[in-house]
Amino acid sequence: MMTAYTATVTVRLKRGVLDPEAETTKQALERLGFELEALRSADRFELDLDATDEAAAAERAEEMAERLLANPTIHDYEVNVEQSE
Amino acid sequence: MTVSIIRFGGSNCDRDAARAFEHLGIDAEIVWHEDGLPEDTTGVLLPGGFSYGDYLRAGAMAARTPIMDEVRAAAEDGLPVLGVCNGAQIGCESGLTEGAFTTNRSARFQCEPVHLRVENADTPWTENYAEGDVIEVPIAHGEGRFEIEAERLETLQSENRVLFRYCDAEGNITDAANPNGSTDNVAGVVGAGRVAVMMPHPERATLPDIGTTDGQGILQGFA
Repeated sequence: MMTAYTATVTVRLKRGVLDPEAETTKQALERLGFELEALRSADRFELDLDATDEAAAAERAEEMAERLLANPTIHDYEVNVEQSE
Repeated sequence: MTVSIIRFGGSNCDRDAARAFEHLGIDAEIVWHEDGLPEDTTGVLLPGGFSYGDYLRAGAMAARTPIMDEVRAAAEDGLPVLGVCNGAQIGCESGLTEGAFTTNRSARFQCEPVHLRVENADTPWTENYAEGDVIEVPIAHGEGRFEIEAERLETLQSENRVLFRYCDAEGNITDAANPNGSTDNVAGVVGAGRVAVMMPHPERATLPDIGTTDGQGILQGFA
């Protein structure tokens, strides 16, 4: 019995890796008059997939992150799986 | 004796490389990636450009095409492989070389001449130079900042696998001479066997009628 899941993969730069796009975005917010201490950006991928259970869905999404979605040299990633509506 | 210049959708320095090789008298042909690596190939140039629109990360998609499996296998057998610019990003993404090239410190696309110091003259790509030589070659990239974990950088340095570093005209390695914020001013690195990648464009510094010819010696590594 397969169940429909949505796996959300969030890929972000490791702490300490310079993020010029985030810095530029932060400066643009400040030009608009906002006050903020820091801004971090991340990529979020939402994967709809069918799997036997949540663990199997998570495992497949993690493999996708390892193989393509993240670059281990500069990125950390996390996977969250929820049953689709 | 034919060098394969591998063209992906979005490659745009493939023809420049072909002309540079022609000028140097090195037999080369452009190979569409879906056609696979020709059996008689004597070297692989991964050219610059914007393969797959730089979607996800520069070089990420091209690095995972079937022809790159062939390139990795051939590189293990000693085939010379040079990645330039987007080709360098593809090389790192495919594991041919260590580290990653990511967004410039300036967050801008930068197209300008830079100086490089030859750090390792004991490779096919640098045997026409001496260690410490300073050459002028242009860069043209938005994602050229070399990043690598600290411990891996130490290994890279101790194994003498830094090919070029950004420097000033006198060869000093300074932050001011670092165009993109690359770790340790690294502009190019050496992989296993006869593999190297570099962000600057030697094919744009080869034809005498467009300026400096300092890049000729690099491409002559395929001769």
